[in-house]
Amino acid sequence: MKFSRKTLGVPYALFLLLFVAIPLVVLFYYAFTNGQGQFTFHNLTSFFTDPNTLGTLFYSFLIAIVTTLVCLAIAYPVAYILATSHLKAKSVIIMVFVMPMWINFSLRITALKEILTVLEGNLAFHPFLNSVIGMTYDFLPFMILPIYNTIVKLDGSLIEAAKDLGANDTGAFLRVTLPLSVPGIVSGISMVFLPAMTNYVVLDMLYNSTYIMGSLIGSYFSAYNWHGGSMIALILLAIICVFTLVSNTSGEEDSRAGGALL
Amino acid sequence: MIRKTLRTLVPVLTLVFLYAPILILAFFSFTNATQIGMVRGFTLKNYITLFTTEELRSMIVGTLLLAFGSAILATLLGTLGAIGSFYSKKGVSSAIRTVNQIPVINADVVTGFSICILLVVVFGISKDTYIPLIIGHVTLSAPFVYLSVIPKLKQMDSSLYEAALDLGATPASALLRVVIPQIFSGMISGFSLAITLSLDDYFIATYTKPATFDTISTYVVNATKGSQTSIKTALWALSTVIFVIVILIVIGMNIKAAKEQKKG
Repeated sequence: MKFSRKTLGVPYALFLLLFVAIPLVVLFYYAFTNGQGQFTFHNLTSFFTDPNTLGTLFYSFLIAIVTTLVCLAIAYPVAYILATSHLKAKSVIIMVFVMPMWINFSLRITALKEILTVLEGNLAFHPFLNSVIGMTYDFLPFMILPIYNTIVKLDGSLIEAAKDLGANDTGAFLRVTLPLSVPGIVSGISMVFLPAMTNYVVLDMLYNSTYIMGSLIGSYFSAYNWHGGSMIALILLAIICVFTLVSNTSGEEDSRAGGALL
Repeated sequence: MIRKTLRTLVPVLTLVFLYAPILILAFFSFTNATQIGMVRGFTLKNYITLFTTEELRSMIVGTLLLAFGSAILATLLGTLGAIGSFYSKKGVSSAIRTVNQIPVINADVVTGFSICILLVVVFGISKDTYIPLIIGHVTLSAPFVYLSVIPKLKQMDSSLYEAALDLGATPASALLRVVIPQIFSGMISGFSLAITLSLDDYFIATYTKPATFDTISTYVVNATKGSQTSIKTALWALSTVIFVIVILIVIGMNIKAAKEQKKG
């Protein structure tokens, strides 16, 4: 066979087909069948009619929205201040803010848990608050980095132009800097929101026994209920799709990859 | 004045929030405290427990082996995939790019669960073979390698490869000696990303690992539910060791970057 650069991609294409595309097909199959292999809508209807699972969906959204807003409220000022500062070592300082994401998250949450226990006495009294603190602690660097990257690349002359045209500092910020930093905000949100809906380990470790969507998959997994678990996975997948479509129209492409990079 | 204070205060407080727990735990890891706040003396016993307890040692070694093994596989697959798709027809390459994006966007819980269903439930592969675990971690990280290599291919001068062929190189050696060096930095950042992703993963490991095997994440999560104090405080030591290693790597990277900047 003649050597061609195209053929080099074949193993990876097969890998993607086998371990990314086909698992999703299997997920579909299991979500819409029962233990006897018969087609059924039961898993879908029972999710949307059971108050418990609907409550879980609601609680996931609530935790994810609050966590995202808290992260944004902390990350935007930090990223803005760093990006617009005149410090020479900016790139080193941003590294310090991002560094925690290279430390294993379970160890970081353990550390946070010890501190919260000292501060609160019993973690069980504030499950929601603790979960939001835990997730913010875990995901904050992922929000800071993309916003910083967007603002630091902004063309400073635009802001000067706005000021020359009569805008004050607040006006220039609201009408120039903020709108132009939207792509960074969007990619930051997409890196925080979805993990916040699914990362149930943070809740477990901080003694919050309320379920989020991820915990449902975990509990079906422990019960070997592949059909129920697949349906939850599929519903999550649908949420992720909608979310990605919305953020792609307003954000940068490949944003998560760029943000996850150094 | 207020503005200036805020400009310092906000970042500093954020850093305190991010680092205080790790630093406080690091301090207490050198004491005999079993809980934060009660110090009766300083000791290295947590570090001794960490490095002498068989269970902890094999967990750490296993995590590292898994991270390096899956990162090497992911780098190979992802790089070849990037090269192949870069030179393929538009339809093929955009199909690969789209599917490649799925694990990147998807929640790790869903990725792990779906791989578990396919390999363990449908194909009946035993988790004890480690195959589901390794495939799971490669699936998690190879797409990021792909995404790190593609930009380097785009930046590369395409005539270099042609020139090598004109000068008599075989396609294979042109690829190895011309293309690979050009994209090497992308492969390295993809590889380090793959290591980080594997080290930090909890969900894919939980759904695909053998029952007797633990990564740092799965071990820590289970250990926090248990009440064995000596293990709990040994994990404080582990957290401190990892923190120091990360600091050293970051310092090393900064020195390297500064040197390269001087050169250029």
